[in-house]
Amino acid sequence: MSTRTFRVWRGDADGGDFAEFDVAVNEGEVILDVVHRIQAEQAPDLAVRWNCKAGKCGSCSAEVNGTPRLMCMTRMNLFDEGEQVTITPLRTFPVVRDLVTDVSFNYEKAREMPAFAPPAGLEPGEYRMKQVDVERSQEFRKCIECFLCQNTCHVVRDHEENKPPFAGPRLFIRAAELDMHPLDARDDRREAAQDDQGLGYCNITKCCTEVCPEHIRITDNAIIPMKERVAGDRYDPLVWLGRKIFRKGKKPTEAKSPAD
Amino acid sequence: MTTTDEPAVSRPPRAAIKARNLRIDNWRRGPILTVLGITAWVAYATFRVFYQGDYWVADYHYLTPFYSPCVSVGCVPESAHFGRFIPDSPLIPYAALSLPFLLAFRLTCYYYRKAYYRSFWLSPPACAVPDGHTRYTGETRFPLILQNFHRYFFYLAVAISLVNSWDAVLAFHSPDGFGFGLGNVVLTANVILLWCYTLGCHSCRHVMGGRLKHFSKHPVRYRLWTLSSALNDRHMMWAWITLGSLALTDFYVMAVAAGWFDDLRFIN
Amino acid sequence: MSDNDINEVEHLACDVLVIGAGGAGLRAAVEARLAGKSVIVISKSLFGKAHTVMAEGGAAAAMGNVNSNDNWQVHFRDTMRGGKFLNDYRMAELHAREAPQRIWELETYGALFDRTPDGRISQRNFGGHEYPRLAHVGDRTGLELIRTLQQKLVSLEQDDQAAGESETKLQVIDETTITELFTEGGAVKGAFGYRRSTGRFIAIAAPAVVVATGGIGRSFKVTSNSWEYTGDGHALALRAGARLINMEFIQFHPTGMVWPPSVRGILVTESVRGDGGVLKNSSGERFMFDYIPEVFKAQYADNPEEADRWYTDPDSNRRPPELLPRDEVARAINSEVKAGRGTEHGGVYLDIASRRDAETIRRGLPSMYHQFKELADVDITAEPMEVGPTCHYIMGGIEVDADTTASAVTGLFAAGEVSGGMHGSNRLGGNSLSDLLVFGKRAGEHAAEHATAAASPKLTDAEIAAAAEDALRPFANDGENPYELQNALQAINGRLVGIIRKAGELEEALTELAALKERIANVNAAGGRAYNPGWHLALDLRNMYVCSVATALAALERDESRGGHTREDAPGMNPDWRKVNLVASFEGDDVRLTRQPVPAMTAELLGLFETAELSKYMTPEEYQGGSATTDLTTTDPTATVEES
Repeated sequence: MSTRTFRVWRGDADGGDFAEFDVAVNEGEVILDVVHRIQAEQAPDLAVRWNCKAGKCGSCSAEVNGTPRLMCMTRMNLFDEGEQVTITPLRTFPVVRDLVTDVSFNYEKAREMPAFAPPAGLEPGEYRMKQVDVERSQEFRKCIECFLCQNTCHVVRDHEENKPPFAGPRLFIRAAELDMHPLDARDDRREAAQDDQGLGYCNITKCCTEVCPEHIRITDNAIIPMKERVAGDRYDPLVWLGRKIFRKGKKPTEAKSPAD
Repeated sequence: MTTTDEPAVSRPPRAAIKARNLRIDNWRRGPILTVLGITAWVAYATFRVFYQGDYWVADYHYLTPFYSPCVSVGCVPESAHFGRFIPDSPLIPYAALSLPFLLAFRLTCYYYRKAYYRSFWLSPPACAVPDGHTRYTGETRFPLILQNFHRYFFYLAVAISLVNSWDAVLAFHSPDGFGFGLGNVVLTANVILLWCYTLGCHSCRHVMGGRLKHFSKHPVRYRLWTLSSALNDRHMMWAWITLGSLALTDFYVMAVAAGWFDDLRFIN
Repeated sequence: MSDNDINEVEHLACDVLVIGAGGAGLRAAVEARLAGKSVIVISKSLFGKAHTVMAEGGAAAAMGNVNSNDNWQVHFRDTMRGGKFLNDYRMAELHAREAPQRIWELETYGALFDRTPDGRISQRNFGGHEYPRLAHVGDRTGLELIRTLQQKLVSLEQDDQAAGESETKLQVIDETTITELFTEGGAVKGAFGYRRSTGRFIAIAAPAVVVATGGIGRSFKVTSNSWEYTGDGHALALRAGARLINMEFIQFHPTGMVWPPSVRGILVTESVRGDGGVLKNSSGERFMFDYIPEVFKAQYADNPEEADRWYTDPDSNRRPPELLPRDEVARAINSEVKAGRGTEHGGVYLDIASRRDAETIRRGLPSMYHQFKELADVDITAEPMEVGPTCHYIMGGIEVDADTTASAVTGLFAAGEVSGGMHGSNRLGGNSLSDLLVFGKRAGEHAAEHATAAASPKLTDAEIAAAAEDALRPFANDGENPYELQNALQAINGRLVGIIRKAGELEEALTELAALKERIANVNAAGGRAYNPGWHLALDLRNMYVCSVATALAALERDESRGGHTREDAPGMNPDWRKVNLVASFEGDDVRLTRQPVPAMTAELLGLFETAELSKYMTPEEYQGGSATTDLTTTDPTATVEES
């Protein structure tokens, strides 16, 4: 056990500053243990959002030494003995108090996203899907909605004005999930991603993937495949040429029918 | 001071933290290395492309990839496997038919985009470090919307890789007929690495099978997608290795052609 | 928000108020909205973070996709056996019958379960289930369930929007805690609470209220439960006049992590054992073979060879004893540790590393692998885990009508962990997720029906002002810090009301709890009202306290051992106690305990069991169709039956 110094940002939308706390740290602890100890012993009203403390609910998102992280999954042994540790709230969303931010941006974006469209004519219990066909979407359903990707994405982090047109990585994986869902009945997922969600804003600098605590390969497996699907529909000259020659202006089947 | 002058990350109602980023690790290292690596390569490649010499080893039929296919009227006739039809000018590279497309293929590559957006364009330089620009529209408008043509360049890159492969096959040559030397190892290795980069490209992955909704109905394409995905896992690695292997192959051919050292021959 | 606003109470009204946004609450909300009612869902945390996400193994439903011998009758039998026949048989029946439909419905909402080779929902083995029965997604089934329901709610909101309905038809109010239910003439009429972000109060008038707040685990030091599990719904219902049953039955999951300390209590899913993991003591012995109770001898292998054959050939071999019901495994681990054969940190080893190759483990248990690696720096493909019992689930809860989920208070419904009866004295793994779907749906349906018939209630200024005053009291108090009090409460429960109990210790617990009552009433909250966790905990404490008292009282009263209640001084099950439910109710502001008969199973359901099996649990009169001669609802038991 050793005593270490932590700098924690405290304040609200009207302003705030760093407070320093000297805290005892035991072997095997994580940042959230330290924050709890500060609460219990020094600042009972220190605002922090947390739930499961097991890396499964995605509540305790914050920034530790400037890097977006889940506090419950940030082990203290990541930091050198003498290193000062700075804990701040997420910096892309409005602060509520101390380490808690207002993440309603993400829920609003989710509400704008068309839901799964069940296939016509299939009753509950009649769904048949192969494991290989659901695996890609299952990767995206691992998402615990910690919103670290949304927080890290420079498109909105550094450009407040992009918040209305840009849905963010969390919703791009949702778009990919539904576009790759074997039984989803909509065929406009990629158009929606490009036109309504602002997929084109992404310049694939991969910070979303870097911070994902679930190790979802957001960029390689969702965003880029979605960009490729959009490119296939709109920009691929061979597809375009093929369509002209063979289909006389019909949309390619791939884009048209979900049951290829 | 008005709050609107603050960068977005520090501006209320966000937490008013003065520091624009609080990272204490060495986040500058990545972008700096990228700038150094890419600049050095571009400098070398530019010099070689306009050098217009020491690209062909007549004895062993070694042709550097920087001059393949050699289609300029200025090309040594034996090195021009596909004819000579573009004018010879110091401003026109001998491989003017392939180089612009290879450049475009790499410029629009999803990995290189990440690399140069982060390093040259600082957008952003590192995660949770502010963007170097006040306005940002990403790839939504011209010219960056052209990044969507990556697939087109991919198709051409496949054709050019076939040409490079053919070059590597023709290089098993000596004045006596068949021959095999260290240069063949270099040329062949380079071609294999180029294929690893090209076939692991995100566009290739899409074309192979990524575009499908039901893998189960297309087992062969699923298999191809799986293979492409496996290469794609290390796309960044292949991107850098092939930069190295291209320069190295070119340097080797140049050195042998210029007579700085002899090719190590295993057979003939 | 300006200072003026903060003191103004926000007034809302709806047809059906759902308190709790876990699986049961969301399923209830879906059903009530589909029935055309206006619905408000109160979520204590952010939307989609409820404790349901922690469920790993799966949702039990006898779909028969993997083994076609499975059907609802077999599932019913397993559930009753698991609960040691104390279950409300009707709930167990409804649950077993309806679970498959509830699971299939989720697919139409967009859920993606793991598949069988022919494309149906894959099902896995789990402790206490005779056949592979758990629909799952790797080991993150709870997350799939909560996300699916969350997205279904969003889609219903979108439907409303498209149909031009007001957005108040379905609202999720997140980060809001309910502190009081309002009643009038024995009927519920609304609720009062605060929004965490601002501390502003909110009063909601509703003729029908569904309580779906989950469990009480935060009253224990070592627990797998998340922060929210402070028994809010139990306490709210009790104060409103409802009754709690079976509060003595708390499930200690046998395999919680015991090391390192930062992850103490966190679950290691049963699937680790289902997929081949075995329990070993410090001398390397696979000890579970020594702990197979008589009633389970027919189904469980008594030697390692047969047990190991079961994984590949379950039809001709008996199951490994590691897959005994949770209470049995938890007790076995406890005994090994007590006998000095535990690990240095007080657990036993759970070893899958030496039995399966690394790739198989990573593929079958991805989130387990990931969790250990990230949270504890332990590679479960290379080394055994150190595990021990952790407080996991409370079988007890609000007494409800099986078919309608209605409580004793008119208009008040309950579903999920907060309700009691379904699981009897012990819950089978996988039955929780299906429970909350089956009864969540029923709660929503019957709450909507009730709301249709009931008049719109009016809340009075006086009752709102009184509730506000109550909630603000900690700011005026001069007592202790809430974290200290929570520690004290957790210490009492952990030490005296834990997995193995004794009359003397339970009496001691009740004395210590009584002494804590005044301190909790005088708890102090420092700071302001905006997002103040100290204040939140101060208000949660009284709920935790009430639940702890109910548990300790019932545990002292029931002098037998059954399922999630083990009395060292009264080992074994007593068939007479099987007929008794202990019921907690509120009198003044004290918890009172009474006895009440367990509903007798119908002859048709009794017929699903062999007489020989029933004789292990019941008095002859019961399974032979006669009525009981000794009646524990009036007298104390004398005879005990040894369990093994």
